[in-house]
Amino acid sequence: MTYRALELLNLPPDEPAFLLDIGCGSGLSGEILDEEGYNWIGVDVAPSMLEVALEREVEGDLFLQDIGQGFGFRPGSFDGAISISVIQWLLNAETSHPTSSPPHRLTRFFTTLHSALRNPSRAILQFYPTSDDQIQLITSIAQKAGFGGGVVVDYPNSKKAKKVFLCLFVGSGGQQIPKGLDGEDTEVQEGRAAFEKRREKSGKKDKNGKRRGIKDKDWILKKKELYRQRGKESVPRDSKYTARKRKPVF
Amino acid sequence: MVRLITHNLLACHAKGCTTNNFPLQLKDVTIELREAEFNPDFVSGFLSRLEWTALVNAAKELGDTSLPPELPDMVDDDLLKNLHHVLLEIHIDEGSMICPNCGHSYPISNGIPNMLLAEHEIG
Ligand SMILES: C[S@@+](CC[C@H](N)C(=O)[O-])C[C@H]1O[C@@H](n2cnc3c(N)ncnc32)[C@H](O)[C@@H]1O
Ligand SMILES: [Zn+2]
Repeated sequence: MTYRALELLNLPPDEPAFLLDIGCGSGLSGEILDEEGYNWIGVDVAPSMLEVALEREVEGDLFLQDIGQGFGFRPGSFDGAISISVIQWLLNAETSHPTSSPPHRLTRFFTTLHSALRNPSRAILQFYPTSDDQIQLITSIAQKAGFGGGVVVDYPNSKKAKKVFLCLFVGSGGQQIPKGLDGEDTEVQEGRAAFEKRREKSGKKDKNGKRRGIKDKDWILKKKELYRQRGKESVPRDSKYTARKRKPVF
Repeated sequence: MVRLITHNLLACHAKGCTTNNFPLQLKDVTIELREAEFNPDFVSGFLSRLEWTALVNAAKELGDTSLPPELPDMVDDDLLKNLHHVLLEIHIDEGSMICPNCGHSYPISNGIPNMLLAEHEIG
């Protein structure tokens, strides 16, 4: 899903970018951002998830932050933002305090996110709505916060593969809402399914708590090759840094 | 880890704290240096986003005096390399960041800053 989010983010090819991963969790997306050569910051409200991300030795800075309280990033800090399976959590009220109401939290989230992004740029937020009303609430608050854009649904007819992406534009001039994948192109679908499986595998650890050689150089090179074959641009060049061990200097 | 690139983008987000809320002051910090891949395009592309004086001062506080007090018109390779080091290779591990305006303290522990606000601080 991270790959699809990056695709929808539509960053200019061959330009470096600074990204925000909203609800980064254990750093699964972060690993992909690292491999794709992006600099990034990840925020999550769960310390236990951030611990796992630390163990994974991702390159991005990790923040303990409740996105419903808003961000403090200066205007124009990021070239884009992604979020995988997170913002549905903003729809539940935790306490009865007024700042805990879903509309209040969504408003804080979208207004501070909007200002943290550069103009023009995008935020791609994949989430799991349980009703059309929820989609309606979220998109209307995002709009009020200044975003353009809309909802993209991949595989709308498949119960399992269906994915909802909120595609938000800052400075929407000339930006078009991308098309959802419709699932009729089985080749694409199979490719996607393969990614998802691989992603799950990459989360598994052996009994020493180490991920099994998933990031070894051969694997990365193979994956980059696959991407190039599919005509994906902006696959980072292979360098002496590819799959190098990351160690503190001292 | 809080790198200085991140510190340079971060203002206080407590309720009503909208002026004089940047840069957050570093207090009792310990740092770790970690090598990162040098990407000159990334660094030069980031220049326009930086608050230069805040960056120079933060670097100084952490013992790095490689940056000139003012951003020169011509940015050469050496400066880009120094900037790369300052922005991406100095990591704050422990300590806290304090808002110069409201005094809120954002503690950093194990490299992770705690940005959570108390209920009365939420905007
Ligand atoms: C299903 S996980 C997805 C994690 C990660 N994005 C991924 O794809 O692996 C949802 C994450 O959202 C985080 N989350 C939920 N509510 C949040 C909030 N209010 N602020 C920040 N993170 C939140 C959870 O802690 C959890 O890590
Ligand atoms: Zn403050």
